[in-house]
Formats: sequence, C-alpha cells, structure tokens
Amino acid sequence: MNGATGKFKAGDRVKVKFEDRPGHLRTPWYIRGKTGWIERVYGDFLNPESLAFGRDGLPKKTLYLVAFHHHDVFGKSPGAGDKVLVDIYDHWLEPTA
Amino acid sequence: MSDDHGHEHPKHELSYYAKRIYAIRDLLLEKGVITEKDIQCQVEYQEARSPANGAKLVARAWGDPAFKRRFIADPKAACAEMGIDATAINEFVVLENTEKVRHMVVCTLCSCYPRPILGRPPDWYKSFNYRQRSVADPRGVMREFGLELPDDIEVRVHDSTADIRYIVLPLRPRGTEGWSEADLAKLVTRDSMIGVMDPLPGIPD
Repeated sequence: MNGATGKFKAGDRVKVKFEDRPGHLRTPWYIRGKTGWIERVYGDFLNPESLAFGRDGLPKKTLYLVAFHHHDVFGKSPGAGDKVLVDIYDHWLEPTA
Repeated sequence: MSDDHGHEHPKHELSYYAKRIYAIRDLLLEKGVITEKDIQCQVEYQEARSPANGAKLVARAWGDPAFKRRFIADPKAACAEMGIDATAINEFVVLENTEKVRHMVVCTLCSCYPRPILGRPPDWYKSFNYRQRSVADPRGVMREFGLELPDDIEVRVHDSTADIRYIVLPLRPRGTEGWSEADLAKLVTRDSMIGVMDPLPGIPD
C-alpha cells in the first residue's frame, strides 16, 4: 500500500489514547484506553478528522490494523483466542510495554 | 397536500429525513447543480453493484489457487482482472477464513462496506444492534445467523473504521470438488462475505 511514516511497526505493543473532543473521530469509544498490538501497517492516509470539515487532510496519518484480545476489551469471551481488530490512525496510539 | 401542482409526491406521510432529502434534491435540481439524469444514472450505478461481484471473486479464488494468491495480495488488481470496477474503494483487504480462524466485519461508527463488491449494505448491517453486538458478542451474533462455532476456533471481528474495506473469503464448502465456477458462485451468499454465516452447503441439485 502507501508509504508509512508513522512511529510503529508490526508487533509493537500499543495503547489507544483515552481522549475525547468534538469532531469526526474515527476511533470507536469502546477501544479507547485499551492495549493491543500492531497487526499490520496499512500506510499513510489523509486525516479524516480534517477531511470531514472540508480541509485538505494533511499531514497524512499512518493507519494501522491494531489487534486486541477480545477479553482485554470486553472482559469475558467464550473463545480464548478471539480478537477484535480495529483500523486506527497513528496519532491515537502510544507505545506501551 | 393537493395533487394538482405539477409534479409527483409520495402519497404517504414522509419522515423528517425523507422530507429533508426531497427538499435538498429539489434545491439541487432548481439551482442546476445536478440534473434528473444525474440522479437516475447514480441510482442505476448503485443498483448495478451487487453481491454477485463478490461471489464471482470468491468462486474463482476457490477454484484457482493462483488467482486466490493474487486476490489476497492485490484485491483491486484481481477485481480488474475479473472486470469488476473496485477503483472507488480506497484500500481493499481480503480476510481469508481457515479451519482455525473465522472473520467477521462490522463498521461500529457508521456503515462502511465494500459497495463495489457487495452492493448496498443490508439494513441489519447498519443497525445499532448489529454494530454494538458484533464486537461485544460476535459468537452470539453468528449463532443468530445459524453459525455455531466451537470455542477452539478463533473469531476475529474487524471494525472497519477508516479507509480500508474488508471482504471475507469463506471456506469452500465440502463436497464441491469439480464444481464449475458458476455453480460455486451460487453458494457464496452476501452474509458469508460479511462473515456472519458460512456459504451454502455443497449439496448437488
């Protein structure tokens, strides 16, 4: 896909920022504050938080496929291996142990 | 409202949003931004795209391992090869089901959906109920669609929140060895490409 300028690579542990502010935020509420890992780096994309307001979407943001254990997000899960995978932009993620 | 003022209006009471959309349409036409023909062309374009496109891709992938590799590596190029126009999708990813891993797709934020491949999303896909429960309880949702998965199969729910559109490549049903691509395509339901169900079973006519 596109080139990627973001700060993470596949396998990195990441925590989703727990932020809230007005705007066109593409990070679902249920995943904010949760910890997972980078499953795949999709590349750089125009920033929807800017595009939604008729702006140019620049600078581009790196988009990742981020994986979470289902039980880490929702507490219990019948299948121990079940996962939730969410597409999240770089500026919503921070490194974690 | 009287019926004698020129153009046609629906006879039943319209919802707030329907009234609003008709008002916007009338304004766009009145100001010459779009024409009736533009609207008709767009309706036809939207209606022409259907899950039959996805079914053709899946059936080809089942029968042709080299195509399957290309479909997974570069889905848009594979679509072009099949004469399917997927250029409207920003990025397109194929999620391959295996004996051990099952995928399911949702957009919890709205209704992102691979329309060029699957047509318009079903109403349930856009419902709050599906969007909420598919991530929190994917196995429960699958069960309601008739798919009961053993606990040792990994369920992967993909929330397509951004620029990527996903299609599930379901497992080829048993007992379909030697089937033609056209017959295989008949087994590939829309819901199996969203991942909430298996394809139809390979029972010969």
